[in-house]
Formats: sequence, C-alpha cells, structure tokens
Amino acid sequence: MEQLETFRSEVRQWLEDNCPQSQRSLAAPEEQYWGGRQGSFASEDARLWFERMRERGWTAPEWPTAYGGGGLNPQQARILKEEMKRINARTPLYSLGIWMLGPALLEYGNEAQKQQHIRAIVNGEIRWCQGYSEPGSGSDLASLQTRAEDMGDHYLVNGSKIWTTSADKSDWIFCLVRTDPAAKKQEGISFLLIDMASPGVSVTPIELISGESEFCQTFFDNVKVPKENLVGELNKGWSIAKALLVHERKLMSEMGSDSPREQVPPTVAAREYLPFEDGKIADAQLRSDLVDYEMQMQAIALTHFRTFEERAAKVHSAAPLVMKYAGTEAEKVKSELLLAIMGSRGLGWEGEGFSASELDTLRLWAMSKAMTIAGGTSEVQLNVIAKNALQLPQS
Amino acid sequence: MALVLNEEQRLLQDTARDFLAERAPVEALRKLRDARDDTGYDPALWREMCELGWASITLPEAYGGLEFGFAGLGLVIEQSGRTLTASPLFASAVLGASAILLGGSEQQKEQWLPAIAAGEVTTALALEESHHHRPQQIDTTLTPAGDGYTLNGSKCFVLDGHSADQLLVVARSSGERDSRDGLSLVLLPRDSAGVSVQRTIMADSRNAANIRFEQVNVPAEAVIGEAGAAWPVLEAVLDRGRVAMAAEMLGLAKESFERTVAYLKERKQFGALIGSFQALQHRAAQIQVELELCQSVVLQALSVVDEQPEQLPLMASLAKAKLNELAKRVTNEAVQMHGGIGVTDELEIGFFLKRARVAMQILGDTGFHKDRYASLCGY
Repeated sequence: MEQLETFRSEVRQWLEDNCPQSQRSLAAPEEQYWGGRQGSFASEDARLWFERMRERGWTAPEWPTAYGGGGLNPQQARILKEEMKRINARTPLYSLGIWMLGPALLEYGNEAQKQQHIRAIVNGEIRWCQGYSEPGSGSDLASLQTRAEDMGDHYLVNGSKIWTTSADKSDWIFCLVRTDPAAKKQEGISFLLIDMASPGVSVTPIELISGESEFCQTFFDNVKVPKENLVGELNKGWSIAKALLVHERKLMSEMGSDSPREQVPPTVAAREYLPFEDGKIADAQLRSDLVDYEMQMQAIALTHFRTFEERAAKVHSAAPLVMKYAGTEAEKVKSELLLAIMGSRGLGWEGEGFSASELDTLRLWAMSKAMTIAGGTSEVQLNVIAKNALQLPQS
Repeated sequence: MALVLNEEQRLLQDTARDFLAERAPVEALRKLRDARDDTGYDPALWREMCELGWASITLPEAYGGLEFGFAGLGLVIEQSGRTLTASPLFASAVLGASAILLGGSEQQKEQWLPAIAAGEVTTALALEESHHHRPQQIDTTLTPAGDGYTLNGSKCFVLDGHSADQLLVVARSSGERDSRDGLSLVLLPRDSAGVSVQRTIMADSRNAANIRFEQVNVPAEAVIGEAGAAWPVLEAVLDRGRVAMAAEMLGLAKESFERTVAYLKERKQFGALIGSFQALQHRAAQIQVELELCQSVVLQALSVVDEQPEQLPLMASLAKAKLNELAKRVTNEAVQMHGGIGVTDELEIGFFLKRARVAMQILGDTGFHKDRYASLCGY
C-alpha cells in the first residue's frame, strides 16, 4: 500500500510538471491524436504531451517495457488513470491498436510480430482498424464470408468488411477471414493482419442517422497478404477474436466515463433546463427518472471498481460479463433523459438557435443507439450471460 | 479492499451459510408458522447464533464484542436471507445494539451491550406510527414527570415487538409533528405498566406487533442520549438497519434466483428444457445483470458503515432502493418461471415472495429512498 501511495505522489508530481495546461480539458474530436501515417497534432502542446507520455511508455501503461510499454501493474495503471482524470489530462494517443489489437498480439502473436507491431502501436506510428463484421454477418459474426486462399507463398483475400471504424484514416487492418470453407462456422476462421496500402484494398465511408460517418465499408479485391501476417494458428482465429471482443466490450462499457465529447451530466442539465420547487425538481416524473438513472450509474461505477479489485485479488465473478450490457443500456437511458430534460432545446440538428452542447447532445443521443448494437448487441450480450454465467441449456 | 471479501470474511460467510442451511432452513420457518409458535423464533437457535458471536460481531471488545466490523454482520445477515431464518439478529444485533452503541452513556453500554451480545437480552425498535415509513412523523409523547418522564402513544410494524425483552421507543419531547428536532429515544422493559402489545401475523410469518403506551412511567436513566436530540443517532441507526436489510434482501434474491435457474435446467415443456427458451434466458440474464450491480452496492454500503460514515445516508438509500427493486423483480419472476407449482404453498418460493414484500417496507420503501437520494444529491 505504501509503495502505491509513493507511486501516486510521483505520478501526480510528474503529471503536474509535464502535462501542458492546454491538455487538461476534454478533447474535442478534432483535438484527439490518433497517430498513424495520416495523423497530425492539433497543437504543439498536444505533440509535447504525447511525446512525454510515449517516452515513459504511458501510451500503453500496462504493456511490457521490452516493447516500449510502461510496465505498470494493474494497481499502478489504475492510479495513473485516476491521477490523469483528476487533472482532466487528455488521453495522449487514441488507438484501437492499444485498446484491442495489442493485447491480442501480446498473447497470441509470435516474437517477430510483436517486434514489428507493438512498438509501432505504442509510438503511434501505425493506426489500426478492425475488420470483423460483414454486410451479411452482423450479430452472427461467425458466418463471415471474406476468404483468404492459400496461394503457397501468400494468402489471396477477397470480400468486404463493414463498420470498419475510421478505415479511411487507418494504415493497417486486423481481420477475421475464412481460411477453411469446409469447416464448421467457427473452426475455419483465421486472424490476419493486412496493410491497407496493399493493392486491391479500397474504402467507402458510411453516413449514419447521427450525420457522422466514422464507419466505413472496406473492400478486398485479390489482395495479396504475406503468410507471416497470420496471427496464431491457421483456422484458430475465432478464439483470438473472442479474447479481443472482451477488450472491445470493456472499452464500450467504459466509454461513458472516457468519451471525448462528454454530454452534460443529467444532474447539471436538470439545473439549467428544469424548474425547481423547494429544492426539488418540480416535474415528479423527470425527477424520478433522473434518480433512477443516477442510482443505476452509481451501481455500475461500483461494479466497475469491483471488477478492478477482483482482478487484482484474482477473484472470478460474473461482473465483467454484465458490464457491456449494463453500461451501454445506461448510456441510452442517459441520452433519452437528456432529451427529456432539454425539451425542444435538445432537438436542434445544426446551425443557429442552439448552443454547441445542445447540438452535441442530440448527435450523441443518435450515436448512443449504436452502442447497444456495436461490439455485440444487447441481445447477444444476454445470450452470453445466459450461457456463460447461468449455464442455461442451449437450444 | 471494500468490494472483494478478505479471507476472514469469506470464512465467516461460509460458516454462516453452512450453519443456517443445517439448523435453520426455510423448512424451520414453515414449522414456526404452522405451529403458530408463540415466540416466533427458536430461542435455542438464537443462543447458538450468539455463541457463534453473531450478535457481537460489530461491538467493541470492551463490551464483549468481536470488533469484526459491520461488513461481517452484513455477510451473516445476507446468508440468513437465503434461509429466511427468523431470529432477533436484525432487531437486536443491528438496531438495538447500534442505538445503544451510538447514543448510549458509558453506563448504558456496559449494562446492555454485553447482554445483547450474549443473547440474554433482546430488543425491538418501536418507531413507525403509520403504514408508511416516516421516521420524523412522531406523535408519541415523552413528557417530564417528577424525576423522569411519562410516555403516551401508539406504534405499529414493530419488528420483534411481542417477543423482545426491551423496547427502544422513538418519542417526541418537543417540536412540530414532522420535525427532526425534539425526538427522544428511550429503552424500557416490554412488561412495563401501561404497555400493551398486540402481535400481528404478517405475510412473511415473522414477528411484528402493534404497541400502545398509556401513561407509562419512564425513569430518567432510560433515555438514550439527550432527550429531544435523538435524531442524529436515530438516523445513523436507521441507515445501518437499511444497509443490513439490503444485505438480507440480497441473500433472499440470490437464493430465489438460483432456485429458479436450477428449475429452468430441469423442467421440460414441448420436448425441451425451458431454460433453452430465449424468452426466459433473456429475462434471467437481465436479473443476473441487476444482481451483479446490487452485489457491488451492498458490499460498498456495508463497508462505508465503518470506513466512510459520512457517505452512509446516500449509500443506505441507494442500497435499500436498489434491493427493494431487485427483490420484487426476482421473486415475481421466480414464481412466474416456476409456473403452476410457483403458486403452491408446498414450494418454498412463496416464502421468499412474501418475505420480500415485508422487507421492502421495512425502514423505507423504494419511493421513500429514491426521494431521499434525490434530496441528498440536491435535486
């Protein structure tokens, strides 16, 4: 405990000395640094902050120092996160490589793959996107059809991937591809890394109901991929994908607290948009809805902390399994609640007559609908809980 | 670490679970009910529970206690929720002991705490005066008379009120009806002159009573703390009670849910185990989600009692409100998913359903605690 407290005061001092003042506030989307060949810094301070964190390996605090990571244990990493949050320090590098691919590579990749990719992720040199879903396979991910044929010295990839977030700005994509069409669904799938600069790769953005187009469809037309880009064993990609989905679900469940465009907290919005009587919100229904949401969020936050503590104590429970479902459903409730609190002021789409935060609220409300779909729908989450936590019989 | 049990706590939990499953299963409550037992619980069992130290878990060593912390007591109470065990654990070890520990004089502590810890004395908190929990709406009066006081008024929903040796009575010394100022706490024997007790048989087959106080003489030394200034102590006692009751409801919810999930794995309809039907799987999975969240809430609430008492009011209301909702949902689903046998008295699920409804009213229903939580948060 004492060591951890010493670590905390060192971290606090280091952040105090090294985090530029301009980097101590929520980053607007255009201020986030995502790295990669197309990546650019919004300001000189953003570059400085990123470089200082990178030097300590704190863009990926828990990864081994041998590959450029910070080498922190889970408790130390949590302290770093808490101390950054305390001063509102920005995430220095946003990266699917850090959140998703890296953990899988560290576990399943060979030494050459780790050498080639991990440090490049930590250093923000390569930006990654994910190629799982396909137009014909949404929740039933294992029915994917993109094929990788063994051509002797390389694989030949044909097919397309959808919901590839920011594929148009990414350098490499990690994909699930079918390598054995004859095998049962999950057994003929492999995990392949593909350089987006390869001939035959093309990308089209998709416009959403929120007006954003962060998602893309990515096409593979006779793309040659070197054989050393296969991660793990041939036809064993599904187990890697499952391990990765755990990271994605954890990420989705954390997005409420980590989101760069944070919505106004509903309790703050209530003070701005609702009349009070005797210190209470006058509208009894909205007051009741607000307290329901606040209590649920506190329960979720406590459960989140419980998963940390259980991990440190090596205790297993069903808590991690329920976080994605609980977290994303609560985000939807929050967005609906904000619209109800703001009334017609929460319905502005663009332009004059609305504040920036009012416009953001509506866009985030629309985006919240995707949260219970992406990364495994809520219905799939419930299937997983029924099967893995409750061991209910499968039909 | 507050949200994960340590080795000692796990051991205590296992001991309690094994003991209660062996000595006081739901079947024991059914027997008490069917025999219309006068005491309403098994005194021999209570003595054994006290020998295991359960009535003294939270008390300081100086008063014969184990100083094991409120979380330890919560774990035992959670297990008693699995077996629906009738005992003075809640009324005496939580409410009575807390009131004397937090509000009593040194002499009162020495007189009562070791006796409660040993199971020699049981207590009941006579608080409610209407059919909803309104701890400030007190009309029972405590008026000075000679060297002491006179007590007049009537109380309802007094848990263990007909069996407890001592009654801990909330009365008004001064102030308006709904004011938290002017309240007093007195401890007097149930058999005092002028006290009349009417046992009430409630849905859960556990002990409760209506009590009238008519011109009851109360000696000055029976007042716990300062007359007219009991609110801070009373509120802390109630919050401890709410957290303990939430722990009991967590045990009740887990047990009825586990029994239901087991049934889903054995009952066949239309040639398939009903647990393979997605309509039921999703409802069960949603309950699992809420159970995990409530588990975290209860663990946190138990730990703030000892470690961050300034957070206790908020956490107590969070815990009671969340567990009220959970217990209601789980017991309703438990009956529905059991189908026809779910509504028979033979199946024990009905005992959980009924206890849940009583527990939901004890020390504040969902609406009471949502309102309190919102007010504490400033909206």
